[in-house]
Amino acid sequence: MKLTNSEKAMLEGQEGEAVQKAMEMLVRYGEALGAEKFIDTTNVGGYMIANLEQYKRFNSFDGAFSEMCMDSDVTVKLPPVKVSSCQFETSMDPEYYKLAGKSDEEYELYKSNIDYLANLGIQVMCTCTPYQVGNVPVKGEHCAWMESSAVVYINSVLGARTNCEGRESTTSAMLTGKIPYWGLHITENRYGTHLIHVDEQPITMEDWGLLGYYVGKTVLDKIPVLDGIKKTPTRDMLKHFGAAAASAGGIELYHIPGITSDANTVEEAFGGRTPIEELNYGVNEKLNAYNLLNSIGDNENVDFIMLGCPHYSIEQVWDLCKKLEGKHVKEGVSFWVFTPQSIKDLANRNGFQKTIEDFGGLLMKDCCPAIGRFKPRGSSVMATDSAKQGHYLPNITGIEAWYGSVDDCVEAAVTGKWGGKFN
Amino acid sequence: MSETKDSIIIKGRTVYPGKVEGEALVSKMPLMGWGNVNVKQGFTVERDHPLYEVPLKDKILVFPYVRGSGGFVMYGHTKRYGVNPLAMLCTEPISYGIFAAMTMKQPMMTDFDIDPVKIIETGDYIIVNADEGFIEIVKNV
Repeated sequence: MKLTNSEKAMLEGQEGEAVQKAMEMLVRYGEALGAEKFIDTTNVGGYMIANLEQYKRFNSFDGAFSEMCMDSDVTVKLPPVKVSSCQFETSMDPEYYKLAGKSDEEYELYKSNIDYLANLGIQVMCTCTPYQVGNVPVKGEHCAWMESSAVVYINSVLGARTNCEGRESTTSAMLTGKIPYWGLHITENRYGTHLIHVDEQPITMEDWGLLGYYVGKTVLDKIPVLDGIKKTPTRDMLKHFGAAAASAGGIELYHIPGITSDANTVEEAFGGRTPIEELNYGVNEKLNAYNLLNSIGDNENVDFIMLGCPHYSIEQVWDLCKKLEGKHVKEGVSFWVFTPQSIKDLANRNGFQKTIEDFGGLLMKDCCPAIGRFKPRGSSVMATDSAKQGHYLPNITGIEAWYGSVDDCVEAAVTGKWGGKFN
Repeated sequence: MSETKDSIIIKGRTVYPGKVEGEALVSKMPLMGWGNVNVKQGFTVERDHPLYEVPLKDKILVFPYVRGSGGFVMYGHTKRYGVNPLAMLCTEPISYGIFAAMTMKQPMMTDFDIDPVKIIETGDYIIVNADEGFIEIVKNV
């Protein structure tokens, strides 16, 4: 890689040992990618949470993160971050850690971990959706983010530029303000590859989740261009679509000409090139996605409802609350809704948290079952409005999963039975 | 590429150096990381995947590319439990795929003269020389 003088200085240790180790990591990474240079970034989103096992190997956060997050053989003391950085979603909600089956020791470690990050200046947003709580990159901004659902959102909807990074590259970027200039940072690599004619119009959130799941399964890690969308979706629909597409396949960028950021026309989205493949999304494709997502469900006796993957916006919390009034969750069913702390604060101020609690549910922050690898004790059948969570949680915890609309999920919470149908 | 009666040599780009040899395990379907990996037992738990619960231990893992949410590094964490693949050979490089090789400090190569997924079959014997940038394939006949 070609390094600038200031990058060489960091590599030589002029800004301290931690920055040197971070730069060494980034050079190894950049060379492995085949990148020729670095690009400056002032917007990094990473994951620096240690579990008990990882912490106990080193007995310090510096030790754990030197190895896990910088691939360093020696422990270095991490200095405050050089550029604006945030922490993604974490492993538990400190208020409800017992419900997630976490021990007191794990809880104490979590609290110290968050303090450690705060002391480094890392914004402890603790959400998979920093763009919902103030970190909204502008078009063309070079970022270094993890979390596939966030990566696909800021690349596509906002036109920011990031690859799907890892812990090692994001921690190193926090300390240096550098990331390899590779992949989706480069205009040439952002053009569409597959053209999808959308005949079956997505109207609801559930529809957008199914379209995302189909696109991910079909296009895998390429760049789809969706043509024929007649109604402009909401932010939440695009959030939902991207999360499904990223988890079913590996979509990090898509284009909906005239709606998402990079292109106003199909031609512009392809940069004048011919699509590798053209596909049609009709009612059969939608049905296949629905059946695939629901192939994990067998038992209709639901005991866990999971909403908020990716984390709910305040609009979603509000919309949910309207559906809960006058109803109550069935005994033995856990009804958990996940959102970032700042949205939870707002929901509390608006009385939404009380509405959810009066219904018999809980509004949780900081985490989700898939990232925290938990489910309510004894639960075996989940209903969710998230294609992503429905895809992952069964693989992680062995739980069964049903996918449907928020209405289907509320109904299941009240009756304890899954009654969702394809429509 | 050079070919003798017994083996085929193809060149590639080194992602992580080292020399190992062993039996190939080929996944024609891309691999997903994070929640789809059982780190302690060293296999994928993604439903409908051809390698579902197939042990990766001591194999030369061959796959087209990495897909799905980040966290492919979890394949690298299998080393902590001694159930890691010996090397990884993939068709295309991807940002977060590389951390798996860095974490387990095992060779990884990509960008070959010929797509390894097309030429290598499960059971072939592979000599990986990521120090010098080539692999030797001994077909299982």
